[in-house]
Amino acid sequence: MQEALVVLENVSLAYGKGASATKAIDDVTLTIRKGEFVAVVGPSGCGKSSLMKLISGLHPPLNGRLAVDGKPVTSPLKSVGMAFQSSNLLPWRSCIDNVLLPLEIVQPHRSKIRSDRDKYKAKAKGLLESVGLTGFTEQFPWQLSGGMQQRASICRALIHEPEILMLDEPFGALDAFTREELWCTLRDIQAQRKVTVMLVTHDLREAVFLADTVYVMSNRPGSILKKCDVALPRPRDLEVTYTQEFQNVVHELRALIGRKHQ
Amino acid sequence: MNREDFTHQVLPPALFTLVLFVGWEAICRAFVVPVTILPAPSNIFDALWEFRAAILDNSWVTLWTTLVGFALATAFGLLLGIAVGWHKSVYAAVYPVLIGFNSVPKVAVVPVLILWFGLGEIPAIITAFLISFFPIVVNVATGLATTEPELEDVLRALGASKLDVMRKVGIPRSLPYFFGSLKVAITLAFVGAVVSETVGANKGIGKLMLDAQAAFQVSIVFAGLLVLAVLGIVLYAATALIEKRFTGWAFRGQNR
Repeated sequence: MQEALVVLENVSLAYGKGASATKAIDDVTLTIRKGEFVAVVGPSGCGKSSLMKLISGLHPPLNGRLAVDGKPVTSPLKSVGMAFQSSNLLPWRSCIDNVLLPLEIVQPHRSKIRSDRDKYKAKAKGLLESVGLTGFTEQFPWQLSGGMQQRASICRALIHEPEILMLDEPFGALDAFTREELWCTLRDIQAQRKVTVMLVTHDLREAVFLADTVYVMSNRPGSILKKCDVALPRPRDLEVTYTQEFQNVVHELRALIGRKHQ
Repeated sequence: MNREDFTHQVLPPALFTLVLFVGWEAICRAFVVPVTILPAPSNIFDALWEFRAAILDNSWVTLWTTLVGFALATAFGLLLGIAVGWHKSVYAAVYPVLIGFNSVPKVAVVPVLILWFGLGEIPAIITAFLISFFPIVVNVATGLATTEPELEDVLRALGASKLDVMRKVGIPRSLPYFFGSLKVAITLAFVGAVVSETVGANKGIGKLMLDAQAAFQVSIVFAGLLVLAVLGIVLYAATALIEKRFTGWAFRGQNR
């Protein structure tokens, strides 16, 4: 068992103040180990994205204890990479310049990016090549397909070697084939870099295929209904999604989510 | 320029303008319209040539007062727009006053300016400035306010300050809005300068037209209008060109 990176104890989160405040997350307790791949699933509007904002320090908790790397979180962490359903690439920057953006913000790269630009460019190029974007580095985002944009967006989230990679439905807007292709890309990146990943998704197959641990959240205010350890051996091939074992896990999770609506 | 550009972008407007003038000339001749009501283009061009020295001299004054007023408006509008887009409280504080100010017809302000600064170029410059900074402020502020919140999250999760977000995302993102507003502002600045000249000035196209009108020289009045129209087109085209150069990415798909 590796050391805990993220610890949440009885954490709640609310938007707004006083009587009009709406609780988005209620009494969540969970631990994320270093290098663990965690997926959070749940009905829409259950506070999955809020959980992400909470852990990255973008929104303070209402109460409870929240610590990353042993330190309580009070302001935005500086070591988080984020990617969302829309790639949010800047249209005035080429693909590679978009990937370099975090390095213009995060220290120590920030003060070195001007002098070591070539070195950083080479690194970004290598990263883009590792996700299959060889030859597209100088293209502008709007010249790329949706799947390619999403790949670049993930590269942007990884370039500064963050401790935690936060992905909020990153493949939600893609077609089924591209999505499965990107599952494999993400799987390989995680295996290679041992980065801690928190993936928020609607797609149960995606969650089970990629994650070590799947958390199921309840309707708003979100709380953890169940923690499910996925015992499928790694490395996982797409073929695994057609096995009975895989189907059983997905089925079990689906039952938990469906319950309140039916 | 290749052949296709010529047939699609140069030929149609040139032909249309020509047809317009020919039609105008034809109507004036067919109905024998008195020169004091509506001079034919031929009369206007005659006047333009005959009084070319005076027209050139006065156009120059109008042009530079417009440009100085426009430059002031650009700098001020950009700064105020960034301030307004920076924080909601600045927006809340400034907006009502801005809108109230913008609603005041600038013609009504010119007498006050003349009172303060005397007859000369300064009232024209200030009027050009006052009338043209508003669209720049609004556009820059809009560009900044519509930054995607998710993108802001991406940067803030890296520890980016508000200034970082502005520099990396907000300002580049609002540039198309900014340059777009310059096209509106330059024409407004021009209107402002001319309006000020017609209320009171000792030089400028507006003043020239006023004098010509008093002397019943209608052809010169129209020559002045023609010069104004041409100058307006030139200034607009210049800002449009700058816009395209700086924010080509916002025009994707149109010319690529």
